[in-house]
Amino acid sequence: MAITVNRKPLSFWEKLYLPAIVGGLKVTTKHAWGTLFQGKRVTMQYPEQKWTVPAGYRGAPYLVKDQDNNTKCVSCQLCEFVCPPKAIRITPPGDSGLKADRPNAEKMPLEFEINMLRCIYCGLCQEVCPEEAIFLRNDWSHLGASREELIYNKEKLLALGGVSPGIQKWKHKLEEAKEQENFPVKI
Amino acid sequence: MDWNFIIFSLVKIAIVVGVVQGLVAYSVLAERKISAWIQDRVGPNRAAPPFAKYIPILGPLLTRWGMFQPLADGLKFMFKEDFTPAGVKKIYFWLAPALSVIPAMLTVAVIPFGSTLGHQKMVIADLNVGILYTFGIVSMGVYGIVLAGYAANSKYPFFGGIRSSAQMISYEISMGMSVIPVLLIVGNLNLGRIIGWQATNGWLVMYAPLAFIIFMVASFAETNRTPFDLPEAETELVGGYHTEYSSMKFALFFLAEYSNMVASSAMMVTLFFGGWTLPFWGLNHPAQSIAMGLAQILVFLLKMCFFMVVFIWVRWMFPRFRYDQLMDLGWRRFIPLALVNILITAVWLWMRS
Repeated sequence: MAITVNRKPLSFWEKLYLPAIVGGLKVTTKHAWGTLFQGKRVTMQYPEQKWTVPAGYRGAPYLVKDQDNNTKCVSCQLCEFVCPPKAIRITPPGDSGLKADRPNAEKMPLEFEINMLRCIYCGLCQEVCPEEAIFLRNDWSHLGASREELIYNKEKLLALGGVSPGIQKWKHKLEEAKEQENFPVKI
Repeated sequence: MDWNFIIFSLVKIAIVVGVVQGLVAYSVLAERKISAWIQDRVGPNRAAPPFAKYIPILGPLLTRWGMFQPLADGLKFMFKEDFTPAGVKKIYFWLAPALSVIPAMLTVAVIPFGSTLGHQKMVIADLNVGILYTFGIVSMGVYGIVLAGYAANSKYPFFGGIRSSAQMISYEISMGMSVIPVLLIVGNLNLGRIIGWQATNGWLVMYAPLAFIIFMVASFAETNRTPFDLPEAETELVGGYHTEYSSMKFALFFLAEYSNMVASSAMMVTLFFGGWTLPFWGLNHPAQSIAMGLAQILVFLLKMCFFMVVFIWVRWMFPRFRYDQLMDLGWRRFIPLALVNILITAVWLWMRS
């Protein structure tokens, strides 16, 4: 059964549209006054003023270094595998003889590319990374004059990513291993 | 052949058309700025020619006020592709924009925008049937819109055209009737004489306030402005009668709308607010010197700009009427009201004489 909405017939005063007109005048004047003279603006002047993102914002994925300025990525290629839009391309060291630049890591990528035009900022790479080497940082705006410019390589990603204050997994393992050497702890 | 008359008329036409075009361009800017302020935004403040930043202080200031935006808009319209859709009726499609601009520009011809400058009357055509001419020309404006809707051969523009024809014809009646009290009081159709009468007896809005209100609302409807912008209701009709138009042809419709606004503001000022007169500083009499003549033109322009702002303000204040409400308001409220107003004025004048 159809529901009948009970609509009150308009009173004479309302039929004149005058209260509505006065109300409209009041609202628009208030807003115009506020914008003009009190600086109550809701818009942001974009290129000059930029939005500061909240903590935990999922922006562009960048590679990070550890406290000792070493590359954390070990070229396991899990992120490349998991990336839904296939934005990540890793070239493993292979036979190039490139050694990892930190102790106890077996390898690091020869080249690491993220195509920012393909990236969908899903954060799966960050989630899957066993080394905590890739993080979604705050950047939400990428500018470039060509498509090639927006494929970020390893140097660029590392430079943009900065240092992660997170764990140094292998350093910890190394210390454990060293402790193992003089195992029977002398008391 | 009076060469003096021809040359001065041509000069006046050139200046008036130029001023109206400029007003149109900058009223678009005003529209955008005022809408922005009402909606807590800033409005256009970026567009600037490359040399603007080398002008100290003034350059950045003008840029911030968006003063170069109309130039950019005009340039954009010029360089856009002028696309003619396959299914349109070509002749009418090309004719319609012209038909809507020409009446809009013609209306300004009879409006006295100042008293005298030197020995020249500041009106292009000092017709004795000024008001009748205006109404005749204004009612031609509907053809442009109807033709545009018809020529586009597409359903939404067609709806727009149909709506506009019904709306404009209905409101023309109440508009015409609303002016009759003015004519009764003044006893002359010449717009210059009407202003002269107002200079001695006070503005007509005090004698016929109801006529003014009806005239104003009807002119909102005539110019297809909110709350009566049904012919170009974007939310319902994609774009309205100009949906299929692009580039300069679309710009011409824009021009026509804003020229109509200018024309009806000028009419309101002339008919009800004393035209170029002000009751003080001796601005009430036809000017003796050039400076006074210029001051009176300025007064007229300022009054007109005030009504332009009202037009714009109203657009960002009210929602659109539903179609039946629009018709109801036009036929069942304003026409009887205008008739009663004529009667009251006539009786009042009869009692006084």
